[in-house]
Amino acid sequence: MSATDPQMRLLIIEDDRESADYLAKAFREVGYVADLAADGEEGLALAESGDYDVLVVDRMLPKRDGLSLIGALREKGNRTPVLILSALGQVDDRIKGLRAGGDDYLPKPYSFAELLARVEVLSRRHGGPAEETTYRVGDLELDRLSHRVTRGKEELTLQPREFRLLEYLMKHAGQVVTRTMLLENVWDYHFDPQTNVIDVHISRLRSKIDKGFDRPLLHTIRGAGYMIRDGIR
Amino acid sequence: MTAFGKLIRTTAFRLTLAYLFLFALFAASLLGYFAWNTRRLITEQITSTVNAETGEIGDIFGRRGLRGLVFTIENRALRPGANLYLVTTPTGQAIAGNVGSLGPGVMATAGWSETAYRRLDEQDNADHRALVRVSELSGGFRLLIGRDLEERKRLFGIVVKAAQWSLLVVVVLGLGGGVFVARRVLRRIDAITGTTQRIMAGDLSGRLPVGRSGDELDRLAENLNAMLERIEALMTGLKEVSDNIAHDLKTPLTRLRNRAEEALAKAGSEVEYRHALERTIEESDGLIRTFNALLMIARAESGQARGNMDDFDAAEVANGIQELYEPLAEEDGMRLRVETVPTPLHGNRELISQALANLVENAIKYGKPAPSAQPLSAGASVGMDSREILIEARREGDQVLLSVTDHGPGIPESDRKHAVERFVRLEASRTQPGSGLGLSLASAVATLHGGELRLADAHPGLTAILAIPAATGVTERIAAKTPDVAQKVA
Repeated sequence: MSATDPQMRLLIIEDDRESADYLAKAFREVGYVADLAADGEEGLALAESGDYDVLVVDRMLPKRDGLSLIGALREKGNRTPVLILSALGQVDDRIKGLRAGGDDYLPKPYSFAELLARVEVLSRRHGGPAEETTYRVGDLELDRLSHRVTRGKEELTLQPREFRLLEYLMKHAGQVVTRTMLLENVWDYHFDPQTNVIDVHISRLRSKIDKGFDRPLLHTIRGAGYMIRDGIR
Repeated sequence: MTAFGKLIRTTAFRLTLAYLFLFALFAASLLGYFAWNTRRLITEQITSTVNAETGEIGDIFGRRGLRGLVFTIENRALRPGANLYLVTTPTGQAIAGNVGSLGPGVMATAGWSETAYRRLDEQDNADHRALVRVSELSGGFRLLIGRDLEERKRLFGIVVKAAQWSLLVVVVLGLGGGVFVARRVLRRIDAITGTTQRIMAGDLSGRLPVGRSGDELDRLAENLNAMLERIEALMTGLKEVSDNIAHDLKTPLTRLRNRAEEALAKAGSEVEYRHALERTIEESDGLIRTFNALLMIARAESGQARGNMDDFDAAEVANGIQELYEPLAEEDGMRLRVETVPTPLHGNRELISQALANLVENAIKYGKPAPSAQPLSAGASVGMDSREILIEARREGDQVLLSVTDHGPGIPESDRKHAVERFVRLEASRTQPGSGLGLSLASAVATLHGGELRLADAHPGLTAILAIPAATGVTERIAAKTPDVAQKVA
């Protein structure tokens, strides 16, 4: 769970002093450079001047609210990925936030693991390489064009949804992917199922790609989600 | 305000006064017309009689001369209730008749006139009036024939008196009726006011008195009572909800607090601390979920989520949910089968998906067949069927039905209405995890879309149906309400 070198630069625009400090500290601990802004105007000025990899913006801010800040930024051609934090967790608020130019939306209260996972994905997307046609993790290979999945020399048969699940995990190989991220990106649902429905899908997938191989690739990250990677650190 | 002041201020009383004035005016004009016509009729009668007699007596004078004239006049003048007669010589001397005195100059001018007179046999100086016609006979004699106007005056007097009496009666009856009606209305209004004041003071069980006449006040009272009924139901609901919130949020909060306290008190190993913290996070996640569900229900119920409506196929939603939950069901030893036909629907796809997901989760949780319910003689196929959950999307009439059927113990009919309420976990399932909000949320989503959540018996088992008006109707309804959404849809 560490940001890759060179250090990722993060701007947190949040008016609640305590949560802002907590976030900054937590992000610094995992290797980010985190700056703070306490209101919308300050946040906009900093976001424009500094070269940030990701902005974490609270939706309700003094002086200038989060959505108008993002709007102003986008109008000036600034494409820095933005993650919106909001106490308004409803579907239509999320859509409003994404329409305003946000890249991801996380309702409060959130777990830091969830926020970190999403920020990592955003920063990777921002500066990462162009989308490849083949993903490789260890000896697991996924061909996005022919929809073929092989491990070693063995060809694996996956259901369409299992394929999309694996595709998403492999696209973010080495990164933590949370259950809600999977539900949002693989199934396109934005509600919170009361049961462990994603876990069951993962265990099915796991039985197909890891069962019978001595090195497991699909790992459960306690308290956060899942990660696909080669080897155990 | 005094009781009298209150009385005369009532609408009923004021209306009575206005009507009273109108009726009096009407009665007066009616009587006036009657009096005027009577007078005219009497005058006409007098003129025609007098004219006829003048002609007759003129004839007698022509045929029998002065003697015949005087004889006839004297004869007629003596009859009881006779007309007035007077014959004068060219010098103005009276020679026959029953008139003692006349107004000055009456005899000088021929034709009609009205005059004061006195009869010969009358001693008093009473003032009588008469309508007379003076005509000139040959040889300078003048003939006066007239009739007393006493009758006309008397009749007129009767009419005037009648007018006075009737006005009096109208006013007395009108005022009395006004007071009666006003007091009656006032009493009922006072009763209503009293009840409303009691209700305002906090007694929501009060109801307005409704009479049996079915008049406008009764209808008003009935409507107000219906409104009160609704308010009371809402208030009761609110109270229940807050009680339940208090319970369902406070219970896990207490657990959370206890756990943290316990961990602090018992200086344990790092593993123990870690474990306690993990449990704390789990518990708070559960709280957040409950809270989110509550907010979602509140928003759906208040209609705020009307935005973000679009057209989609309910069958796709059903297939999607089946696909999402199928592994989970299988792990629980259940099977999810889906049966759909293309069913266009207009609505909030996310909310409908969530509602259906809740129904499926419930079916997986509670829809397992009770072991005792399986008849021994039934073959393996029945056993398999009873572990199947059926998701259907179809259209019935002008409604889109999304249903989930399980073959578990079902919900007794008496409990079904109750089951949809917030936080209700039927006793049998209290031990299962969950916020108890699944059905309420599904119900709120159905209501938001103008439909309803129905629970039915699947013999055995439960069928939960989201019945939502089909696309066209919904589109029109939404379009009428919010033009901007309609544009987005178009």
